[in-house]
Amino acid sequence: MDHHLILRVITKILVAPILLYGLYVQFHGDFGPGGGFQAGVIFAVGFILYGIVFGLRRLRQIFPDYVVHRLVALGVLIYAGTGIVNMALGGNFLDYNVLAEKGYQGQHWGIIAVELGVGVTVFGVMMAIFYSFAGRPPSLDDKEW
Amino acid sequence: MMSLVENHAAILVVILPLIAAPLAMLFGNRNVAFLLSLAASAGSFLLSIYLLMLVKDGAVLAYHIGGWAPPLGIEYRVDAANALVLLIVAAISLAVLPYARTSIEKEIAEKNHTLFYACFLLCFTGLMGVTITGDAFNVFVFLEISSLSTYVLVALGAEKDRRALSAAYDYLVLGTIGATFFVIGLGLIYMATGTLNMVDLSERLASMEGNRTVRSAFAFIIIGMGLKLAIYPLHRWLPGAYTYAPSAVSAFLAATATKVAIYVVIRFMFSVFSIKFGFEQDTLKYIFFPFAVIAVFAASFIAVFQINVKRMLAYSSVAQIGYMLLGIALFSATGLSATLVHLFNHAVTKGALFLAIGAIIYQIGSPLMANMSGLGKKMPWTCAAIVVGGLSLIGVPGTVGFVSKWVLLMAALEAGLWPVSLMIVLSSLIAVVYVWKLVEILYLEPLPKDSQAREAPLSLLVPTWCLILATLWFGFAADFTVHVSDIAAQSLFDGKFGQDAIIMGTEGRS
Repeated sequence: MDHHLILRVITKILVAPILLYGLYVQFHGDFGPGGGFQAGVIFAVGFILYGIVFGLRRLRQIFPDYVVHRLVALGVLIYAGTGIVNMALGGNFLDYNVLAEKGYQGQHWGIIAVELGVGVTVFGVMMAIFYSFAGRPPSLDDKEW
Repeated sequence: MMSLVENHAAILVVILPLIAAPLAMLFGNRNVAFLLSLAASAGSFLLSIYLLMLVKDGAVLAYHIGGWAPPLGIEYRVDAANALVLLIVAAISLAVLPYARTSIEKEIAEKNHTLFYACFLLCFTGLMGVTITGDAFNVFVFLEISSLSTYVLVALGAEKDRRALSAAYDYLVLGTIGATFFVIGLGLIYMATGTLNMVDLSERLASMEGNRTVRSAFAFIIIGMGLKLAIYPLHRWLPGAYTYAPSAVSAFLAATATKVAIYVVIRFMFSVFSIKFGFEQDTLKYIFFPFAVIAVFAASFIAVFQINVKRMLAYSSVAQIGYMLLGIALFSATGLSATLVHLFNHAVTKGALFLAIGAIIYQIGSPLMANMSGLGKKMPWTCAAIVVGGLSLIGVPGTVGFVSKWVLLMAALEAGLWPVSLMIVLSSLIAVVYVWKLVEILYLEPLPKDSQAREAPLSLLVPTWCLILATLWFGFAADFTVHVSDIAAQSLFDGKFGQDAIIMGTEGRS
């Protein structure tokens, strides 16, 4: 990859705005269009782009496989955990109203929490899919192309 | 704490395994994963007993998720019918897990054990969710959770036999077609009524018999679930999936997955659509009835010629599903009760048989009958379990198999269909043939001289015998299962799912 100067420079410029945009979509989700699904994918796209250009090995140094697998699980746990907290506070499962003094504020907090869970899981799943496809042993050697 | 658990029992049966699954992944240690799975299954099992005790005399429980009242919010609704199915799923899971800990050591690489437990828990979550929910779309969501994890569980058998991959792929394709048909059906009834809550649906659908959208929705839903439950001509995925999956998975799936699908069909036929609809009665009469009879005979007949024991049991499952559909097709409360009793009884029997066969495979490493000759002397407890399970498949008095066949016979006679009752008896004779074939090989064939087989370890024997003892116990003391099934069948038949429910937790805002 050493000779693809343009690709490397453009990627380095692009990754940061992509991640920032992912965060924007994530935390915008309770009010406007957006939310965990889209944000998780966008956030993962930043890293996948990096992985495509700079190689899987370097990406795996930032996010080893075991971290990715645990992120997938962590997101589900955040979602379900929010529901459990609601139950402990006296509401039904996923009844966000009990999270704050005023019901609608509680709904805000609850949505942000579960969307975070969705975002983390979707990010993890996208990374895991990329790893399992990109990480397969190639049927052709690089030189044979 | 106790009141918290009691108030939220209806949701906790589903979310205990749902939370245990990611926790198992987070810890990433197979022993912790096993303990978490066992704890979640035990918790769900106790809670499902609690729920069944609450509804066994005809009450209905409702739980409003998120504090939103139906039809706006998602509602969980428990009556005797689904409380019984919940109990089946949770009990089988609790019996299979300790068995799986030992059996997967020889079938799945150690690094995948944590993933196995996580998938198992997700499958368990999905099946419980499908059963308990009172929201039609929620059924689809949980169905996908259970199906996707099932495909993985079946494919895990590939380390022992690569054919598990093509079996899992078959199941994936057909299962996805089934799920797609189901969701198309849901889309159509949503288009016709504008609601997805089952109780609300049944009220709005009551006057829409002639509506063509509603009719096609019914067709899509029945065909979709028909694929999932392996109704006779749509059963192609089942033998492969049960044959090549790891032993513990075969036992769990055979005892729960198709049962839950049958429950969904019953729920949609009796509680969402109305049995008063002409097209529904025609479906029962001209589709379910003939195919159920064909299934009973054809699948039993195919089972006789199998050389792989697991495949033989799989075909026997297709035949047993035929009995369950026959019960529905008789179109009476007794028939429906026979189906529900058989759901429970067959789950216990087939679960035990798959576990026992799994114990033999664990010791000799092969599912082929040819390699099992004379094992009765070497593995007396395992083989005795197979004999008792086999007797129950045939329907010998003293086992649960007899109870279900008896109720089914009564239902057939009550409907005035004596040829059907004759066929039930005749088909049991075919079961005698394939069970005897296995017993003959186990006990009467000579043991090869170089046989290294020994009795299976206790960790495999104890779960197997727990289910075998249940086979005998509920065969003698059938009052409980028959009582619950009768209540459930009567309330399904009278369309009482929508009656005023006791609300668990807090009542939702509308």
